[in-house]
Amino acid sequence: MRAFNAINGLVVPMDRSNVDTDAIIPKQFLKSIRRTGFGPNLFDAWRYLDEGQPEQDNSQRPLNPDFVLNQARYQGAEILLARKNFGCGSSREHAPWALEDFGIRALIAPSYADIFFNNCFKNGLLPIVLPETVVEGLFQEVLSQVGYRLHIDLLQQRVVTPSGVTHEFAVEEFRKYCLLNGLDEIGLTLRHADQIRAYEATRAHQEPWIFGVNS
Amino acid sequence: MTPLTLYEKLWRAHVVRQESDGTALIYIDRHLVHEVTSPQAFEGLRLAGRPLWRKNSILATADHNTPTTQQTVIADPVSRLQVATLDENCARYGLTEFPMGDPRQGIVHVIGPEQGATLPGMTVVCGDSHTSTHGAFAALAFGIGTSEVEHVMATQTLVARPSKTMRVLVEGQLSLGVTAKDVALAIIAHIGTAGGTGHAIEFAGAAIRGLSMEGRMTLCNMAIEAGARAGMVAVDQTTLDYLRDRPFAPRGQQWELAQTYWRTLCSDEGAVFDRQVALEAGAIEPLVTWGTSPEMVVSVGSRVPDPALEADPTRREGMLRALSYMGLTANMPITDIQIDKVFIGSCTNSRLEDLRAAAAILKGRRIAANIKLALAVPGSGLVKRAAEAEGLDHIFTAAGFEWRNPGCSMCLGMNDDRLSAGERCASTSNRNFEGRQGTGGRTHLVSPQMAAAAAVAGHFVDVRDYQKSCKST
Ligand code: SF4
Repeated sequence: MRAFNAINGLVVPMDRSNVDTDAIIPKQFLKSIRRTGFGPNLFDAWRYLDEGQPEQDNSQRPLNPDFVLNQARYQGAEILLARKNFGCGSSREHAPWALEDFGIRALIAPSYADIFFNNCFKNGLLPIVLPETVVEGLFQEVLSQVGYRLHIDLLQQRVVTPSGVTHEFAVEEFRKYCLLNGLDEIGLTLRHADQIRAYEATRAHQEPWIFGVNS
Repeated sequence: MTPLTLYEKLWRAHVVRQESDGTALIYIDRHLVHEVTSPQAFEGLRLAGRPLWRKNSILATADHNTPTTQQTVIADPVSRLQVATLDENCARYGLTEFPMGDPRQGIVHVIGPEQGATLPGMTVVCGDSHTSTHGAFAALAFGIGTSEVEHVMATQTLVARPSKTMRVLVEGQLSLGVTAKDVALAIIAHIGTAGGTGHAIEFAGAAIRGLSMEGRMTLCNMAIEAGARAGMVAVDQTTLDYLRDRPFAPRGQQWELAQTYWRTLCSDEGAVFDRQVALEAGAIEPLVTWGTSPEMVVSVGSRVPDPALEADPTRREGMLRALSYMGLTANMPITDIQIDKVFIGSCTNSRLEDLRAAAAILKGRRIAANIKLALAVPGSGLVKRAAEAEGLDHIFTAAGFEWRNPGCSMCLGMNDDRLSAGERCASTSNRNFEGRQGTGGRTHLVSPQMAAAAAVAGHFVDVRDYQKSCKST
């Protein structure tokens, strides 16, 4: 998992509440054998004018010019500013996979659906909760300023606006630790890599055939 | 020293690190990989930029999606991609893979032991619940999910908690016509499909010691159907004889060292199990499942159970639902059940011994007119070749069976081998769940010889009648 420390990222506003995971990544894309590659199909039904299919060449598809992700000023966005209950509906982990693959690193919203919220942390995404009034203020700023960026500092647990206004946010200590260090369960286990190696050395001595020594 | 169970010995030998919360980091010796549950794990590894911890722990093969006909290119693009992805991943990481077309390719749980890649004293995992099969070699073997597959690839370990232990003792001798499959079904009937939940089962007793390695694999394979993630059998001479000279098995001096250690892999005298169950081998008859769970099973000579006689309302409800799905009526004799298709295969019963047993029944006979399709699907390319060397393929085809290429096939129908809605199948596989072999398909689990006899009769019959007549002719 990619570590999250601090970013100074371009913000894209998703001005709707209750955005569900089916909207984030429609069901036909779940057939995939991959955990990556969902980026081009993020918000597929809103982003394109036709109906997307897996394995399709998305560069040939007609874009919906009205959809916010298609607007030139938001290209390269890393922060998704959203409304309440973002990520509701199906538990599909493909939703954070798609956001991550698209290039989103952090989300800011007044609230998220539980499962989606958890899934974000497992995939290196930081979902930040800020009060509804603060989020409303950020929406106004991002809509009025092209190239609007926010500075997000996980260690300090704060969001800083271009004008220097600071908003603090809460995050569970263990999650913060994992995210800061880019640790998923595998990462946590790998902290014991030396112990695993020492164990292997002992076993290799006792049962060399397990380690591919045949005669 | 406190006497230990086999499970405890295996567990202790693999603890890398004990945590205070009761979990432990367990070392994984052998990782078997197939195309369905591995792609996202490989992808995850790549995304995180992590190396694979120990390449030579992995043996990979494509089995679930592979066609069993002569077809060399998979027609369904989604299946084809899944198989191609495995090939690519194995090539990228330099893993040992038996891809489609390789003479050693086959069902992952058949090829592991066949290659000697499964050895006593190992921990064996695979993203597949029937990994319990490998416990037949006194290995600690269990199925894992895709995120755990990735965890093993990256760390060679798993975070786990020890299971409770259960010993299933089968004393006495099996009668003629009764196989390991019947023993497995009898145990499930006895303890229920959740009976082994949270436990690792050790199968022991004279009847188990009397089984071949193939039979022990059949038994351990179905431990998961009894709710246990792992099943196992202690090492004895049969185990050693099977493993000697297999490609991945140790040789020479290593072999001597290995077998000295392996002989200690049994439960100590006086070891305490959390639960103990005993069955008398002589009382087990050839069995046939009638419902949609492996515990819904009766002997071939009896009748479909009557839900009206079931006192427990939840169970009664379950029986009614199963009878309606299966298109059966209460109290009808099992031998009156007409079948449409026959499937001899799957990781439960697709080894040489299984094919021989079925062929012994089919020799000089033909399948009944009402059988639309009878499939014999060897578990691996090597099983197929060995069977052909004995002429078994001719017996199958002369009887009207189709002799296919190895794979999971109609066990779950991810390839083209499927039941159509309403079709009834005598199957040597392990799951009779609704829709398992095809939407609306009806599965009856039986042993290979019972499947062969049913194919000949067109309905279920007591294979012992056929075996008697085999003898007299
Ligand atoms: S044969 Fe059936 S049970 Fe065995 S691995 Fe294949 S699909 Fe699973």
